[in-house]
Amino acid sequence: MPALKTTRAIGHRVIDAVWRLGLAARFLAMTLLHSGLSWRRFPLIVKELFSSGVMSLIIIGVAGTFVGMVLGLQGYETLKRYGSESALGSLVALSLVRELGPVLAALLFASRAGSAMTAEIGLMKATEQIAAMEMMAVNPVARVVAPRFWAGVISMPLLAAIFSAMGVFGGYLVGVVLIGVDAGSFWSQMQSAVDVRDDIVNGVIKSFVFGVVVTLIALFEGFDAPPTAEGVSGATTRTVVESSLAILMLDFILTAFMFRGV
Amino acid sequence: MQRTVLDLWVGAFVLAGIGALVILAFKVGNMSTYNASDTYRLHAYFTNVGGLKPTASVRSAGVLVGRVSAITLDTERYEAEVTVEIDKRYQFPADTFANILTSGLLGEQYIGLLPGGDDEMLKDGGQFKKTQSAIVLEDLIGKFMVNQAGGGK
Repeated sequence: MPALKTTRAIGHRVIDAVWRLGLAARFLAMTLLHSGLSWRRFPLIVKELFSSGVMSLIIIGVAGTFVGMVLGLQGYETLKRYGSESALGSLVALSLVRELGPVLAALLFASRAGSAMTAEIGLMKATEQIAAMEMMAVNPVARVVAPRFWAGVISMPLLAAIFSAMGVFGGYLVGVVLIGVDAGSFWSQMQSAVDVRDDIVNGVIKSFVFGVVVTLIALFEGFDAPPTAEGVSGATTRTVVESSLAILMLDFILTAFMFRGV
Repeated sequence: MQRTVLDLWVGAFVLAGIGALVILAFKVGNMSTYNASDTYRLHAYFTNVGGLKPTASVRSAGVLVGRVSAITLDTERYEAEVTVEIDKRYQFPADTFANILTSGLLGEQYIGLLPGGDDEMLKDGGQFKKTQSAIVLEDLIGKFMVNQAGGGK
């Protein structure tokens, strides 16, 4: 009975997904509960900030600049038809600050830092370092997971802000320096269109939420990975896939809440 | 505390992130145009505000003198009541004319103030007596079509 088999397989998958969601929620609660140690021993967080934040700086900066440059080119081509090239600044800044900055920075962060976190923790588990910690009465969640979680949550909004700032710079480079849009109207239109509370603060809130979600998925997948070479590689793939989907779906929900149009 | 090169890098990273936020707030956003100077409130009634929004600018002779703080519908007159915050440095005669204007063809709408010649000045909580509503393009086209139809007979 192939139909029965398919139904059973689908049901199994759904139950498994709900199960893992519950496990992830418990994992988050446990991480928050055992965060005390990492704040008392701040160097733990600093070390993880280096590997997830500082090491992502170059990719974030370069990607941001190029995204801004593309926005400048494409925006100019479209706005030129309506004779409103001077609105280029507001177009570039609004699309970066509201959407592209938080979302693209989070996607890059998931594939650059998130996958590394999963692989690292998965390998720690495969080589029984986690079990060894438990043997020494060291809580692996407090020692390994919590510092990485907080480092991810702190660095994500900062990286998104750097992405947006570099993007605006890239848009300026193409729009003003290369094409020759008037610099004064570029900046003044941008300033009159971008609101600090409505646009910039909402963008920061978005990237903060993405930071929590991406880091949680990466850590959970690593901690939950089967302790084999295949298991770790599968977990790393799942981290990138799941966190990318989560970012894009959450972005829609957050946007629907934030920008309803006054 | 032991200092490591790691701390330096992380410090630089956090500094760069905060610097980017400050740049976004002041250079990209409108933080620099939020002036902390004292303001006073004035009210104006319009039959139609068009696309005017809160935080839209109030200009006189092209100079930014204040911002729109609230737009509500007055259910007694069934007109839009617009509250504007004007910088204390600028005083306007009581017969000042308030217009809703558009900057450019596709630009934002703002309130333009045309001062009159009255000796008395508008005080906090005062009201513009003479206003002109936003120009709605559909109405203009409608009038134009009626005129065309009338002239063609």
